[in-house]
Amino acid sequence: MIGQYVETLSTYASDIDNLILSIGVLVGFWLILCEVIFFYFIFRFRAKDGQRAKYITGEEATQKRWISYPHLLVLVCDVFIVVFAVKVWYDVKQQLPEPYETVRIVSQQWAWSFVHPGADHELGTADDIKTVDELHIEVGKVYHFKLEARDVLHSFSVPVFRLKQDAVPGRVITGWFEATGTGTYDIQCAEICGIGHGVMAARIVIESAERHAAWVAEQSSITLAAANQP
Amino acid sequence: MAEPIPAEEMHAHDDHHHAEQSFWSKYVFSTDHKMIAMQYMFTGMAMALIGGFMAYAFRMQLAFPGVDVPGYGTVTAADYNALITNHGTIMIFWVAMPVLIAAFGNFLIPLMIGCDDMVFPRVNRLSYQIFLLSAIVLIVSFFVPGGGFGGAWTAYPPLSAKAEYNLTSLGSSFWLVAVALEFIAFLLGGINFVTTVMNARAPGMKMFDIPLVVWMIVVASILFMASVGPLIAGAVMLFMDQNIGTAFFDPDKGGDPILWQHLFWFFGHPEVYVVLLPAMGITAEIMCVFARKKMFAYKTFLYTTFATAVLSFTVWAHHQFIAGIDPRMANIFTVTTLLISIPIAEMCFIYIATLYGGSIRFTTPMLWALAFVAEFMIGGVTGIFLGASGADIYFHDTYFVLAHFHYTFFPIAIIGSFAGFTYWFPKMFGKMMNETLGKIHFWGTVIPFNCIFIPLFFLGGIGQHRRIYNYQHFPELAGPEMQDLRIFATVSLLVMLAFQLVFFYNCFISWRKKEKDAGPNPWKANTLEWTTESPPPHGNWTELPTVYRGPYEYSLPDREEDYFPQNVPS
Amino acid sequence: MRPIANTRSATGIPTGRLAIWWVVASEIVIFGGLLVSYIMYRIAHPEWSEQAANTNVWLGGLNTFVLLTSSLSAVLAHKAAVEGDGPKAAKLLYATCVGAVAFLVVKSFEWTTEITHGYTITSNTFWSFYYTATGLHGLHVIAGAIIMLIVAQTAKKNLELHRVELIGIYWHFVDIVWIFLFPLLYIAK
Repeated sequence: MIGQYVETLSTYASDIDNLILSIGVLVGFWLILCEVIFFYFIFRFRAKDGQRAKYITGEEATQKRWISYPHLLVLVCDVFIVVFAVKVWYDVKQQLPEPYETVRIVSQQWAWSFVHPGADHELGTADDIKTVDELHIEVGKVYHFKLEARDVLHSFSVPVFRLKQDAVPGRVITGWFEATGTGTYDIQCAEICGIGHGVMAARIVIESAERHAAWVAEQSSITLAAANQP
Repeated sequence: MAEPIPAEEMHAHDDHHHAEQSFWSKYVFSTDHKMIAMQYMFTGMAMALIGGFMAYAFRMQLAFPGVDVPGYGTVTAADYNALITNHGTIMIFWVAMPVLIAAFGNFLIPLMIGCDDMVFPRVNRLSYQIFLLSAIVLIVSFFVPGGGFGGAWTAYPPLSAKAEYNLTSLGSSFWLVAVALEFIAFLLGGINFVTTVMNARAPGMKMFDIPLVVWMIVVASILFMASVGPLIAGAVMLFMDQNIGTAFFDPDKGGDPILWQHLFWFFGHPEVYVVLLPAMGITAEIMCVFARKKMFAYKTFLYTTFATAVLSFTVWAHHQFIAGIDPRMANIFTVTTLLISIPIAEMCFIYIATLYGGSIRFTTPMLWALAFVAEFMIGGVTGIFLGASGADIYFHDTYFVLAHFHYTFFPIAIIGSFAGFTYWFPKMFGKMMNETLGKIHFWGTVIPFNCIFIPLFFLGGIGQHRRIYNYQHFPELAGPEMQDLRIFATVSLLVMLAFQLVFFYNCFISWRKKEKDAGPNPWKANTLEWTTESPPPHGNWTELPTVYRGPYEYSLPDREEDYFPQNVPS
Repeated sequence: MRPIANTRSATGIPTGRLAIWWVVASEIVIFGGLLVSYIMYRIAHPEWSEQAANTNVWLGGLNTFVLLTSSLSAVLAHKAAVEGDGPKAAKLLYATCVGAVAFLVVKSFEWTTEITHGYTITSNTFWSFYYTATGLHGLHVIAGAIIMLIVAQTAKKNLELHRVELIGIYWHFVDIVWIFLFPLLYIAK
C-alpha cells in the first residue's frame, strides 16, 4: 500500500507496511460493512405512507445479539492487530541488533548535524566526520543512532525507512536501522520546533560499501588536515 | 419517585414578578439558562469564524506557497505556526466545547428534565463571563508584540516554555492564561449540569427516563472535571517556566519536557470523548425522532458510554509512542487503545440498529445526524492505524493523523452542532428554518469536507509531516501531483466556506420571520422541551411537568399516534 | 429568587452538598496532578533531599495542628447550625478563620526565612514545587476563609444555615490537602 508510493528501504519497512496493510484490510472490512448496512437501512426504511416504524427495544437477547456478536468479532480483530503491532514495535524499538557503526544525530533550531565515525569505525575519535544536513551511511549494515536535541524537541524521521524517533533535549536516545537500497532520500523533522521547523529538511545518502569508504576517506583526511592546522 | 408537586411549588416561579427587564439584565447579565445558552452559542459560532478564517489562510499558503493570501497578506513561517496553533486551540476549546456542551447543555437540560432553570443560575452566569474573558484573552494574544503563540495546540516545552525558542513570549503566556480560564469556566459550568440533572428532575423521571443527550452532557462534564486537573497543574507550571524562570520542564536545569506531555495527554485524550459524547447524544435524539423509533438498547448504549469514559483514562500515551518514553510502556498503551475501539464500535452498531425497521424522514437535522455516523465511522477506524504502535512509528506527526482527527472532530464539532442547531432552532426561536436552504447547506458542507480530507490521508500515507508551512523544501514531497492534492484540498475548503453563507442566510431569514410558525412540537417528539411554547417563556412552563415514561416511546403498535410524550399520563 | 430547580432533590442529597463535592473533586484532581508530578520528580532526583532538609518540620507540624484544630471548630460550627443556633455557628466559623490567619502567619514566617536563606522558587526545582504547592494551597486557605466569613455573617442572622456544612466540607478538603503536603514536603527528607 505505502510501498507503492514510498520506497521500502529498511529491513523493518516492509514489516511496518504489512502491519499497515493488515490493519487496512481489517478496518476496511468493518468500515465497508457498516457503511453498506447503514446506507441500506437508510434506503430500505425511508418513510412510506401508511407504514409505521417497528417498535423494537433492543433489550431482548435475540435483539442484543445483533450488537454483541459483532462486538466480539471486533475484539478478535483487535487482538490480532495488537499482537502484530507489538511484534513490529518490539523489533524496531526494543530489540536493537548489534551495530556495525554508530552515528550521532544532533538536532537543533533549525538544522541537523551528524557525526560519523571516520575510517577507524569508532565514534568519538579524532577522525570523526561532521556534516550538516547530510547523513551518509552504508547500505546493508546495521547502524545505531544516538539522537540528541540541543534546544527544543525535534524528531528524526526517514520515511523510506518508516522510521521516526523524537529527540528530547537533555537525553540521548538510541535507535537503529539497516538500509536495504542505495540512493538519497528525505529526512524530515517530525516535531514542531519553532519557525524554522519547515526548513529542517535534511538528506540521507545511502551508498555502497566502496563509495561510502571513498567518502569516509576523503572526509577524514579533510578533518585531520583541519585538526592539524595551527 | 413520582410524588405530586405541591401546588404552591408549581406556581412559585410566577410569584416573583419580573419588572420589565432592561436590555442589560435580559441579554447581558441574564441568569436564565436559555439566554446563557445563546451567549455561549453565539460566542462559539463567532470563534468558529475566526478559526475557520485561520484555516483558510494557512491552507492558501500550503496550496500556493509564498503567494499573498487575499484578506490576510503574506503568511510567513511564524504566521503559519500561529495560525495552525490557534486554529486547533479555538476549534476545540472555543467552538466544540461551548457549542456542544455549554450551549446545548444550558438550553436543553432544564427543559428536558422538566424544571425552570439550572440549580445555580448565578454560578451559570459567572461561568459564561469567565468563558467570554478567556475568549477575549485569546484574541488579544494575536495582537501583542511577537504575535500569537505558535507552538501548536499541544504546547510542548521547551518550545512553549522559553521565549528565546518560540519568539512569542507574550503571546505564549496569554494563550496559556486563556486556556486556563476556559477550563475554570467549564468546571463552573459542570456544577450546574451535573447537580441539576441529579436533583432537579421532574417527578416521575427516573434515571433511565433521562434523554440520552442529557446523560451524555453529564458524563462529558464529569469526564472533563476528572481529567483536567493535572493539566491545570501543568499549566501553572508552564506559566511559571515562561515567566518567572522555574525549570519544571527545562532540561538544562533538571526539568523534564516529557512530564508536560503526560499531563497534557492525560487530559487531552479524555477531552476528545468530552466533545464526542454530546455530539453522540444529539445524534441519538434526532435519529429516534426522525426514524420514529425507540433507541435500540438504551441501557447498553449508556453502559457503553460509561465504559468508554473510564477507559479513556488509560490510553493517553498513544500520543507519545515515539516521544522518548520507555518503549515497553508503548505496548501497554497499544492494548488499551485498541480496547477502547470496542465500546465506540458498539455505539455505532447501536445507531445502525436503531434505523432498522424505522420510518425515516430526511429532514435537515436528520441528514446531519446520519452524516455524523457515516463520517465518524471513517474517523474511528483510521484511529486504529495510529493506536497500533508499530504502525504509528510511520504515521505519527503525519497528515494521516490530521485527517484522522478531522474525520472525528469535524463530525463532532461541526456536523453535530449543525444537527443540534437545525433540530432545536424551532424551539429556540419559535420559527422553522427553510428546509431547502438547509439541505443545500448540508450537501455544500459535507461533500467538500470529504474532498478536503481524503487527499490528506493520502499525503500522510506518503510521509508528509505536519506543521510545515511549505512542502517545496522537501524534494520527495514537492512534486506536482502532491501539490495538486494540496490545491484540491484548499479549493474544497473554499467551496465549503462559501456554502456556510447559505446557513447564515437561512438563520437570518428564519429568525426574521414575522410569524412564529413552529408551535410547541413541530417534529412530534417525545421529550419534555417540546411540551412548552416555542420559545419557552421565562420559567419554561406555567405548570412544571410530571413524567410517566422514557423518552423514546415511538411507534407503539397499540397507539394511534406514533409518538407518546413523556408528560402524558397513560 | 431561587428557581424551583434549586429546591428539588431527586437523589435525596441537598443540591448545595452535591455542588461542593463537585468543587472538591475537581480540586483533588488539580492538586493530585501537581503532587503526582512532584512525586515522580522526587523519585528521579534523590539529590533533592539536600534541599528538602531545609524545610522546617516543626513549623510545618505546628501548621498541621493549627489546621486540624480549625477543622474541629468547623465541625462544631456545623453541629451548631444543625441545632439551629446561627450565632454560635458564626462564632465557631470566626474561630476557624482565626486558625486560617494563624496558618498564614506561620507560613509567611517560614517562607521569609527560606527565601532570605536563598531558597527561592527558582533556586532548585524542589523549591519550585514547594512554593507552587504550598502557595496554591495557601490561596485556597485565603479563599476559604473569605467565603467562611461571608457564610458566618449570614449565619449570625440565622439565615442560610445549610451553608455552614458546605463551607465546612470545603475546609476539610483544604485540611486534607495539607495532610498530604506535610509528609511530602517536610517529613520526607
